[in-house]
This record gives sequence, structure tokens and C-alpha cells, in this order.
Amino acid sequence: MIYDPSWIAVFVFFAFVGATVGLSFFLGRKAKSSAGYFAAHGQIPWAVNGIAFAGDYLSAASFLGICGMIASYGYDGFLYSIGFLAGWIVALFVIAEPMKRLGRFTFADALDAKFDSRGIKAAAGISTLVVSVFYLIPQMVGAGSLIQPLLGFPHWVGVVLVGIVVITIVVTAGMVSTTWVQFLKGSLLVIFSAILVVLLLGRGFTANPDAFESIGPIAEADVAQSEIDGRAVLPNDNGWHQHDDLIRLSRGDGVGYDIFHVQPGGEGQVVLRQAQAITKTEDGVLIDGAPLGRGKSEKELKPVGTIAKLPNGESDSGPLGPISFFNTLGDSEVVLWRSKTVEHEDETKSTVYFQKLTSGNEVLRPGEHPKFADIRGEAFIGKLNFLSLMLALFCGTASLPHILIRYYTVKDGAAARKSTIVGIASIGFFYVLTLYLGLGAMTSGSMDLTDSNMAAPLLARSISTWLFAIISAIAFTTVLGTVSGLILASSGAVAHDLLVGVMGVDLPENKKVRIAKIAAVVVGAIAIVLGILFKEMNVGYLVGWAFSVAASANLPALVMLLFWKATTKEGIVASVLVGMVSSLGWILLSSDTYKSVYGWDPELAYAPFSQPGIVTIPLAFATLVVVSLMTQPRQQTETA
Amino acid sequence: MSSLSDTQRSNARLGLWLFAFYLVLYLGFVLLSAFAAQVMERPVVAGLNLAIVYGFGLIIGALLLALIYGMLCKGEPIDEPSNGRSGSDESQGDLA
Repeated sequence: MIYDPSWIAVFVFFAFVGATVGLSFFLGRKAKSSAGYFAAHGQIPWAVNGIAFAGDYLSAASFLGICGMIASYGYDGFLYSIGFLAGWIVALFVIAEPMKRLGRFTFADALDAKFDSRGIKAAAGISTLVVSVFYLIPQMVGAGSLIQPLLGFPHWVGVVLVGIVVITIVVTAGMVSTTWVQFLKGSLLVIFSAILVVLLLGRGFTANPDAFESIGPIAEADVAQSEIDGRAVLPNDNGWHQHDDLIRLSRGDGVGYDIFHVQPGGEGQVVLRQAQAITKTEDGVLIDGAPLGRGKSEKELKPVGTIAKLPNGESDSGPLGPISFFNTLGDSEVVLWRSKTVEHEDETKSTVYFQKLTSGNEVLRPGEHPKFADIRGEAFIGKLNFLSLMLALFCGTASLPHILIRYYTVKDGAAARKSTIVGIASIGFFYVLTLYLGLGAMTSGSMDLTDSNMAAPLLARSISTWLFAIISAIAFTTVLGTVSGLILASSGAVAHDLLVGVMGVDLPENKKVRIAKIAAVVVGAIAIVLGILFKEMNVGYLVGWAFSVAASANLPALVMLLFWKATTKEGIVASVLVGMVSSLGWILLSSDTYKSVYGWDPELAYAPFSQPGIVTIPLAFATLVVVSLMTQPRQQTETA
Repeated sequence: MSSLSDTQRSNARLGLWLFAFYLVLYLGFVLLSAFAAQVMERPVVAGLNLAIVYGFGLIIGALLLALIYGMLCKGEPIDEPSNGRSGSDESQGDLA
């Protein structure tokens, strides 16, 4: 798709960014000591902190990725919403208050409070860094995906822009400004998403069966002819012959071809439904055989997201309520899109997107997405992947270093509890909205086939340009907020844990803050580079990585420390390292990574399924128990 | 952790019970989806299927449990005694 930059969007966007950076400078003058820098003097009011939790947590993955996944596959994207939110229960009921009692500024402090061990500081500091970097990558990738259509700049500009703004915010003011950035962002995101849902419900569904061309039903044998429907069939060569369900027909105006997907159409009959093909060559991009563009002999990808049939054959559903929205959709037929790759002899590839007519109630239950489709089958291994992911999401929330830090910015345990409650309420409400937004985008007729991350903003655009502008700007500040929190956690890990704790470098307060700021710049720079390198990857998938690593490395150590008296420092170190290395290793050796990152044959991958959680989390627990038992102090320790 | 007061201990216990309860709910959802996916398609309330109702239920349930926790937790004394004796007689919930 070609995007027109919207000047309203640009203006609103820069206004938002300017306001948040301005706020940061204003508040920045107050945070000079490291207590101020890291934990905002412990004085953030709990309600503000609660909404800031939401702002922190609702990252690009939540807003863009989940809505995009729901828009493409239906309910399966919502599984992420459920898992992400359920993790807060672990955070609130199991971790929250014990953590607050234990530590001062960072997660590593909490693990180390009893032992004062360099090993723990090192392991926890490294773990914080690794998880933060993994979580940063999808945010930066998301930023690039947002800027491209919004401002018309290439992907890397968005990444660099986010990096610079965030580094500025973090370096000038640390936790205080990031808390307020996140509070602002959290409120705006929830409010405008709610507005969007209300407008969406008011608009209702429209049936659009003729959005794309279809030929037939014709007899199956007719497909092998050299002419169909009066049009010449382009010969199947150059890789196309490997896909006999794809047919290319010539066009009257000679601009490229029209490509169709052959689908069953009843007894002995088939229907040809229009597909779209993107071919990447050395000279550029071809859409359906013609160069990408808006000129006379150029083509662009058509936006998708249509309903083929509404219940009772009506053409318009009229305004819908929150329940009738689902019921109407369940009785409709929607057009989803899937893709396949055609490899050509000159080593170029074409990605062909073809229609998949789907009954509405199939997008309202789990199992439509290829990664989860196996839950509908018999094989146990297919279910393991799903179970493993749900476990990682459930455990991951409480293990994220940048979330845990936020507990320390309120006065006491009661305030921490209250702020988490406010956080859960806002986040939960937002996730309910995501299901409406995602399904609305699925049927809005404005989705971009090549970038599902844009589903929610494009939905807004189909309703109002103003709303598109605002939502895009909010999405961008979403990324700003999350990235600030992450860079803060990493700079804390470097300055506080690794430098001071492990290497024993002792510094006066303002020097510590200075080191933290330098660390923030370095981590920010690394994030920019990685965000550019990983730009092809799916944002939600990357976040799943971060959750799995966090849940394996951090949670077992933290939980056992809080609840098992025989935990030793060697046990903690071993558990963190084993959890981190095993989950990382598993991910790097999984078929998804082979395919999307290295470009190797996924069949060669070592890991039996993609999500490590169900193996690596118990492994880390077991490691802690075994090592702790092996390293019990010689005399009997009496614990009250 | 010898320095926990009684209120902190009972709060922690409450938290763990609520967590266990939610864990059962969550497991129910996950196991149903993995092993009895057809059940998730059945309409249960107002024409909505179980997947949607259960999914929303988990989200709303999380909030309800959090609120219950907030209301039932006893306030903690400002000075935490170091030998675990409760020094406070605040009995109302601290969710103002």
C-alpha cells in the first residue's frame, strides 16, 4: 500500500511529542539524586502510578500487534490479551508486596537483599539487560512501522526518532518524567480507543461482496485451458508452475496481470478469486507484475478487510451494541487473507496473498492462527506450543524488569497494591476494547496486507482522518513510554547492579546518575540499531520471546526467594543463568527463528516446538532447588 | 522472613488464596482451549460463545479479585515491628 502522509497527523504527532518532552525537561530539574532518578523519590501518587502501569505495559505489542493479530486471525490475538492481563494476578497477589519490602531500586536489589552477593547482582543485572533488549526490539520495530505510513519516511527514520526522543527524556529526568509520560500515554490510549470503539459500533458492518473480482464457478477442467473468461492465461513458468492453484490472466490494458486463486466451488467446479502478488526484484517492487506506484502503468496493493455476507443477506447492519457486534459477525462471512511464497528461477520471490472466506464464528474462537491451529488437532505436541505460550505469558508479566521497577515509585505497600488495582482496571478495560478494535479492523476494508501492525490506526483512518492522526500519535507515544521504561531498567542494571554492585566501583550520588545516563544513551543506541535490523519481524512474536526469557530467568528465582527459606545465593545465580540461557537457546534454535531471522530451512531446527516456557520455567525452578540443596550452609540455620 | 507482622502475613496468605483461585480459572480456560476446543464454540449467554464469555470473564475476574484483595487486606502499621508482632488495630480495608 502507498500511504499519503497526513499533515494533520504530522502536526498532532509533533505536538504530542513536544508536549511530553517539554514536560520531561520541566520535571527534570527535580531529579538529581539517584533516589530521585531511579524511583521518583517514592512520591508518585498511587492513582497516577496505576495509570502509568497501564501506560508502561500497553506497548506497541498490545496496541498494534494484538489488534493486528486479531484483525488477521480473529480470537487468537485475544489470547495474548488474556495471557498478558492474567499475569498481573501473579504480580499483584504473589510478588507485589514482598518485592517492595525487599528492595530499593532494581529487580536485582530484590533478589540480592538477603545475600549481598556479587554473583546475584551480576546474574540479575545481565538478565535485566537481556530481557530489556528483547523487549526493546519489537517497540523499535513498531515505531518504524508507524512512522512509515504516518509521515512517509522510511522505516529507519521512525526508529531513530524514537531512540533520540526517548534518550532525551530518560537522560534529562529519569523516572519522574517517564512516569508522567506513561501516565499521559496510558490515559490517552484508553480514552481514544474507547472513542474509536464507540464510533465503530455506531458504524456497524457493511457487506462488500464485490470488493474483489471473482470468476466462476467454472468447471474444474476449464482451468487448464489457455483462455479463461475470454482472457489469456499467462504460462506457468519461472516458479509459478509449482503452484497450480494460482492462475495469472492478462489484462486488457497490459498493465501487469491479474492473479487468481483457484478454490473449490461445488461439485467438479472451482471459483477463481482475485489474489494479489508482490514481487521483490533488484529494481524494485512489482505488484501483480506492474511496478509499484500510482501512475498509469503502475499498481498498488488494494486494502483488504471485507465482509462477504451479512446475516439475512442484508447490506448494512446498522449501529450495533457490544453484544450484537459479536453475534452479527458470528453469523456473517468474512474475507480473511493468507499468503504463500513463490520462488522464481532468478532467486527473487513473490508473496501471493489469497482470499480465505471464513465463517464469522470461526474468528470468534481460538485456533485460526497457524501457530495455534494445532489445538484443534489430535497431536499433543501441537497443544504443547499453545500451553507453553500461555504459561510464559502468565508468568512473564511479574518477571519483566521494567514493570517491577514501578513498585518502588509509591510510598508503601498499600499504595503499591492500590496502584496495581488501578493498573489492572485500565489494562483490562483496554484489552476488552482490543477485541472490538481488531475485529473492527478485520471488517473495515482498509487493512494493509503487508503490515498487520497498522490495523488499528488504519481502522481509525477509515472512520476519520483526525482520529487516525490522534491514534497514530498516541501509538507513537505508546512506544515512547515503553521504551523509556525499558531504557531506564537497563541503565539501572548497568549503573547500579553491574558497576556498583559487581565491580565494586563506589561513586558519589551524582556520578552514579551520570553513569546511568551514559548507559541509557548506549542502550538506546543499541536499541536503534537492532530495531532497524529486525524490521521484518512480527512485533507480537518478539514480545513473546521477551516474556519467555523473563519468565524463565526471573520468576523462579524471585518466587523461591520469597517463599522457600532454604534458597541459597548459589541457587539463585544458577537458576537465573540456567533459565536465561535455556530459554534464549531454545528460541534461537526454534523453527520460527530459523525461518524468519536466519532464513534457513525451518525443518532443520532443533527445538521440537517454538515456545520454550513449559520446559525452561520448570527447569529453572528445578535448578534452583537442586543447587540450593547442594549449597546449604554447614550449620543448621534457624529461621523464625 | 522473620520480620513479617501478623497483618503482613495474613495479607500474604489472602493473596496466595486469591492467586490459587484465579490460577484454577485460568487453567480451565487454557486446558479447555487446548483439549476440548469445540466446547469453546458453544453459545452460552445472549448468543455469545464460551470463548468470548470466558475470555472477558477472566479479564473482569482479575479486576474483581484485585478489588476484593484491596478491600480485605488489613492496613499495615506505619512502623513495622521487627519481631513480627502486630502493632496496628486498623481493621477496615485500605481501599479508600
